[in-house]
Amino acid sequence: MTRKDLITHLGLIAVLFALHFLLPTYHHGIFARVMVLAVYAIGYNIAFGYTGLLSLGHAMFFGAGMYGMGLAAYHFAIPALPAWLIGVGCAALLSLVVGLLALRTQDVSFMIVTLMFAQAAYLIILYFSEFTRGDDGFVVPSDMRAIGPWDLSDESTRYIVALILFSGALMISLWLVRQPFGRVLVALRENEERARLLGYDTGRRKLASLVISGTISGAAGAAYAGLFGYVGASFAGVQYSIFALLWVLLGGAGTVLGPFIGTLFMFYLIDLATEVTEAYMLIAGVALVLLTLFAPQGIVGEIRRRLWKDLP
Amino acid sequence: MRHASDVILTTEALGKSFDGLRANNDINFTLKKNRVHALIGPNGAGKTTFVSMLIGRLEPTDGAIWFDGKNVTEMPAHRRVAQGMGYTFQITSVFARLSCHENVALAARRRLGRNRAAVDEAVARALGRVGLGERAEEVAGDLSYGHQRLLEIAMGLASMPRLLILDEPTQGLAESEIAAFKALIRELSSETTILLIEHNMSVVMELADEITVLNFGEILAHGTAAEIHANPAVQAAYLGTETADAED
Repeated sequence: MTRKDLITHLGLIAVLFALHFLLPTYHHGIFARVMVLAVYAIGYNIAFGYTGLLSLGHAMFFGAGMYGMGLAAYHFAIPALPAWLIGVGCAALLSLVVGLLALRTQDVSFMIVTLMFAQAAYLIILYFSEFTRGDDGFVVPSDMRAIGPWDLSDESTRYIVALILFSGALMISLWLVRQPFGRVLVALRENEERARLLGYDTGRRKLASLVISGTISGAAGAAYAGLFGYVGASFAGVQYSIFALLWVLLGGAGTVLGPFIGTLFMFYLIDLATEVTEAYMLIAGVALVLLTLFAPQGIVGEIRRRLWKDLP
Repeated sequence: MRHASDVILTTEALGKSFDGLRANNDINFTLKKNRVHALIGPNGAGKTTFVSMLIGRLEPTDGAIWFDGKNVTEMPAHRRVAQGMGYTFQITSVFARLSCHENVALAARRRLGRNRAAVDEAVARALGRVGLGERAEEVAGDLSYGHQRLLEIAMGLASMPRLLILDEPTQGLAESEIAAFKALIRELSSETTILLIEHNMSVVMELADEITVLNFGEILAHGTAAEIHANPAVQAAYLGTETADAED
């Protein structure tokens, strides 16, 4: 990790911290949400952006974290922090199991298999509705939404906790891609057969990548439940898998900052479009098409291509 | 120990069938240490099938492969590489969007791990040996075809294999580059064993200590360059026909 890398990424964290004091209430709330969802995108980016594993089922990992945390708090009155760890553990375990099975396939088959696993997970949530409250979801009990003296439903606390989580995920992601392990992931994305014949156990590394990716995604889901207090099946649905893909593509797949920029961009795009018309998805769609046409590597990817070649 | 001490690799009755097609049949092959051993034969003779089985890209239908005293027939490719085999692709297969340095570093790191200084040194050395020292920071995909071939060889060198399998390394190289390549192989032959699949007869005749000729998936002849040159069966199958050389 070079000094320049550190300054850029710590700089973003510092800016986000400063915004805590500067943003008006409405945008303050949006930023807290974007930071948590950006953690999900950061997780997705490790599999898709760095390793080339195009998964269409990451919502199941986000959902595993969310339900792991939420159900522990709801049914067993487990407080926020241990419940969060349970959520993270659930996502890690699920990504390991799904990885062992789905990584037997490649490319299009991998997309379909991950999509199917995620649909199965979604349907399981609906099927066991007595336990999970099905489609309606449930509200995480407010006395479980606290870490020590800090109440997570308080907007200020929420923002800071989201920032801590986001900073952790961002720095882990930066560290990871600068490690020899991260370099091998890029090699897998670029040319798996070549990497294998350089002596790398590609199967094991892809599995490790997927587990790291799923676990980070799950950490975001679990934090979302704790911070925003609602757990619902829609978060495990196919659109949330697509969202992660979109955010990462928009921001720049295979860049450390891309997932955050993409999530933020998409949030504000929809927010602004909603003010203009009810058909806000149309505006969002056109913007996506334009970006794909003129900046196919995403916002940060384009910056890297044009201005800053070493941007991680 | 399966081998005599001067042997690094043997195959026993190695065979490969693709559906009805018998691509390799009953190949008993011995590779001695620190030699340059060339594998030649007309197009479709089964050379690439054979070396793909050696490195583990293809599973043999029958027979066995022994490398350095170990039966590696069932071993996955990446573990064979870790055991000391190196392989360069016939069709250039570099990491096109990564720099030359990173391409070679990926090969070196598997062996040297986190020791960054050692990796950098190995990379500089490997690139220097193939004459790409100046181009370390260039993106591999931007190199000319010939330079990509050399980069491929540098990746092979950086992993310091005890057996380096080069699949048509001079294909697409200019005459001047071929001369430099010959010098490099001569230098390498004192450090490592080289199995060379090659169409360019001048390269084979100049470099090879031993030559094995494949034809229709079977060993047709084996010997020194002079013996192969004089072998009437080989002449009939291969050397006599101008087209075999010109096609590639």
